[in-house]
Parts: sequence; structure tokens; C-alpha cells
Amino acid sequence: MATVELSFVPRPAHVRTARQVAVALARRAGLGDDVLDEIRLAVGEACGLALSLQRQNRPDDPVVLVFDDSAGLTVDVRTSAPLDPASGDHALSVLAAAVPRPAVTAEELPVGAALAVLAAFAPRLEVTTSRAGMRLEMGWPEVAVANR
Amino acid sequence: MEDVVDLSLSTRPEGGRTVVEVAGEIDVYTAPKLREQLADLVDAGRNDIVVDMRGVEFLDSTGLGVLVGGLKRIRQNDGSMRLVCTQERILKIFRITGLTKVFPIHESVATAVAAGD
Repeated sequence: MATVELSFVPRPAHVRTARQVAVALARRAGLGDDVLDEIRLAVGEACGLALSLQRQNRPDDPVVLVFDDSAGLTVDVRTSAPLDPASGDHALSVLAAAVPRPAVTAEELPVGAALAVLAAFAPRLEVTTSRAGMRLEMGWPEVAVANR
Repeated sequence: MEDVVDLSLSTRPEGGRTVVEVAGEIDVYTAPKLREQLADLVDAGRNDIVVDMRGVEFLDSTGLGVLVGGLKRIRQNDGSMRLVCTQERILKIFRITGLTKVFPIHESVATAVAAGD
């Protein structure tokens, strides 16, 4: 069950808002400070990718984030610019090829750096691409009962 | 409200190099400001730069891209770019992306300024 949804027009200024919402929800879900940093980074990178994709082909459509904080935190980032259908590692290749270079403002770092950060900080990461766009799901598990 | 940029930059000469003090969040929105600052310094012939990042609270891959881009331009001019960074959360991002091999990272401005190339 989705508990919070956030949609924003693809402008860089809004990525910070998305990070702040993610951190507020993670805190509410009882996740620890070290995890909050991971969430802040992963959500920032995911939104950066989403923004690049959306600005290129669907600049008037929003980037949509669906949060669920009922057990740990899951964050689902969606765009609507059409992509080749793929899942798993293949979807990451589709994304790497689709994100314009230079991406929004970076000049030298390939999209691989954003994906490396995502993979390092999101314990669960599933990417699917389709004609309907990108769906990037990240998840952080509930804190162990002993820590509560 | 898009002119509210949560990133502050200041520069000063120190020991023959230029120290750029960066504080706040370097992300997809604020990174262009840092890129501009680095480009201005290189254009002004200041090619030995120390970026003091101890006041940085957040850094994403866009910010890394700007640093790498700056380094590339500086190297074309036979200059140097050193970073000062002590926060584990920021250092981790450099390690994950393999950039600890690209940038000399120091614990203090003094050691960065004194370092030979």
C-alpha cells in the first residue's frame, strides 16, 4: 500500500525536496541514521536519472515517487518517457544508453557513477523499463526488533 | 524560489595555491555553481586548486562529475587539484565510484597546500 506520493516537474531544484521527503519518511519508519544517509543518496541519484530521462523526452510530465513506509521503506521512482522494454541488468544498460550525455549538468562522469551509487546504497534495487517509462524500485528493510 | 541555492563558495590564495571552500549541498541543482567557480579560476590562470570540502553535507554524482570535469581542465594546463575531506559519508562516495584513485584527498588544507605534485 502506498502511503505517500510525490510528483514534481522535472527541474533540478525539486530533487532536494524529494530527498527530504524520503528522509522524513525513513525517520518515521524508525530507520537508523546511517540508513538515512543511504536513502538520501540513493533517492537523489534515482531522481537525477529520472530527471534526465524526463527532460529529454517528456519535459512537461512529472517524475513520480511512490513511498511505502509500512515495513521499512520502499521508494518507487517512475518516469513516462518511453524506453526499450527490459528488466534486471539489461534495464540498467537501457538506462545508461538513454540518459543524455552530458547528463543535466555533469560533464565527465558517465551515468555509471549514478548507478554505482544506487547499487551501493539501496539494499533492494529493481529497475524495469518499458514503453511506459522507467520504474526504479528501492527498498530498505525494517530495523531488527532488538533495536526498537 | 529557484534562486535559493543551498551551496556556498569562497576562494582565497594560500601558499601559492587557490583554496576553494565549499559548504552545503552539491547536487544536480547546485553543481553548476561549483562548475562555474572552477571554470572562472582556470580561466584566470589559477591552476593549482585545493577544494576544501569539509563543510559539504551532501554530494551526488553530478557534483563528482563537476569535480572530475574541473580536474580535467586543470590538468590540461599542467595544474593540480587536491581535495580536503574528512567526512566518512562523503569519502564513501569517492570510494564507491573509484575516484579516490583520481583525486589526492587530504585531511587538512595545510597538508593539501604543502603537498608536492
